[in-house]
Amino acid sequence: MTAIRLQINGAAVADDVPPRLSLADFLREGRNLTGTHLGCEHGVCGACTILVDGEPARSCLMLAVACDEREIRTIEGFAGDPVIAALRRNFHRHHALQCGYCTPAMLITARDLILRQRAGSEREIREGLAGNICRCTGYTNIVTAIAQAAKEFGEEASNA
Amino acid sequence: MKAPAVDYTRPRSLAEAVALLTRHRGEARVIAGGQSLVATMNLRVASPGLLIDIGRLPELSLVSDDGDAVTVGACVTHAAIEDDRVADPSRGLMPRVAATLAYRAIRTRGTIGGSLALSDPAAEWPSVLTALDAEVVVCGAGGRRAIRCSEFTTGIFETRLAADEIIESVRIPKLSADARWGYLKLCRKAGEFAGALAVVVADRARGHWRVVLGAANGAPLVLHETSRLVSAGGGDIPGAVAADLDRAADRHFDEFQRNIHTVAARRAVQQVLQ
Repeated sequence: MTAIRLQINGAAVADDVPPRLSLADFLREGRNLTGTHLGCEHGVCGACTILVDGEPARSCLMLAVACDEREIRTIEGFAGDPVIAALRRNFHRHHALQCGYCTPAMLITARDLILRQRAGSEREIREGLAGNICRCTGYTNIVTAIAQAAKEFGEEASNA
Repeated sequence: MKAPAVDYTRPRSLAEAVALLTRHRGEARVIAGGQSLVATMNLRVASPGLLIDIGRLPELSLVSDDGDAVTVGACVTHAAIEDDRVADPSRGLMPRVAATLAYRAIRTRGTIGGSLALSDPAAEWPSVLTALDAEVVVCGAGGRRAIRCSEFTTGIFETRLAADEIIESVRIPKLSADARWGYLKLCRKAGEFAGALAVVVADRARGHWRVVLGAANGAPLVLHETSRLVSAGGGDIPGAVAADLDRAADRHFDEFQRNIHTVAARRAVQQVLQ
């Protein structure tokens, strides 16, 4: 076991972890943050995408032990975030989910695309979403929801 | 699946990392971004006894410009290159390549040194850095040495890196102001490993012309005849590509592979010649 100290959704956390433990399993099993989902566990499906030090990362491909002193943000940590609010509203309005398994990581990935201004066209959104697999929707509604959220967020930001 | 049990250590310097790697030769693996290593551990393909985490060593994230070349630390991420957060010696080629490499959530952690150390035949950096005539600087128990990228990768997941050596940086000559490059990656879905990958660099001022194929059943494949035609400003490019592929009989390309390599090479060359 190795001692780690890190920030999770703004709170300081200290724990002992075995080095083989993935960040995803640490969050789910150790911290009960079950909004982070595991699909393939080798970096392809994208369901475990979270933010590490503000940037999207695969929590299945990071060892918890390597996250010592890092800042983690999971889907549970976005209350009050205006981009996530716009995305949530539009995922609801455009029926951009069915089973919901991919949704937390879709939201985090889409938020990153919007903030990096990579959600300006359908092509851009589709390329940016290539690393997040959805087996229900066929993506069309997800792309529509993200495009609309990007537009609304852009309007909110310019009115602010 | 879950990774097998492993020990973990985070040395405070490159020298300490090399010493650890020397002491645990054979059972230790160096980890930086871990974007391939942790995946293969989760798949139980790799089961190292010890992980030596070099991902946060400050000396491996340095980027310096000595006028003729830019030296990029091994732990610089693909995302940093994509975002132009580090000096670019390649006049846009490297940021363009980085943007096509896997997915953003992989690019934020994966490193240029890790890509070279693994040398997946379909990976972008070994081919691109060969086309740019870069050098890999490695550090081992016996000291530091530089290996030309064109000689660094020797086969499928095979390199000249010795068991006690760690990649420290990549030294990339700067392209001249009027240099041109072409890049074409063929894959079915954005972010996938390449089915075919062609890189062309044409730098008349430096007298450097090189056409390289990746995903070529082995180390990056330099197309000598095609490179010669690019240096001459054009000619029978399809014929030259065919001759170069004929010469690479040891790669055992099937008809489909031969076809997509040819398409990739021709289109990438076109970007330079037009």
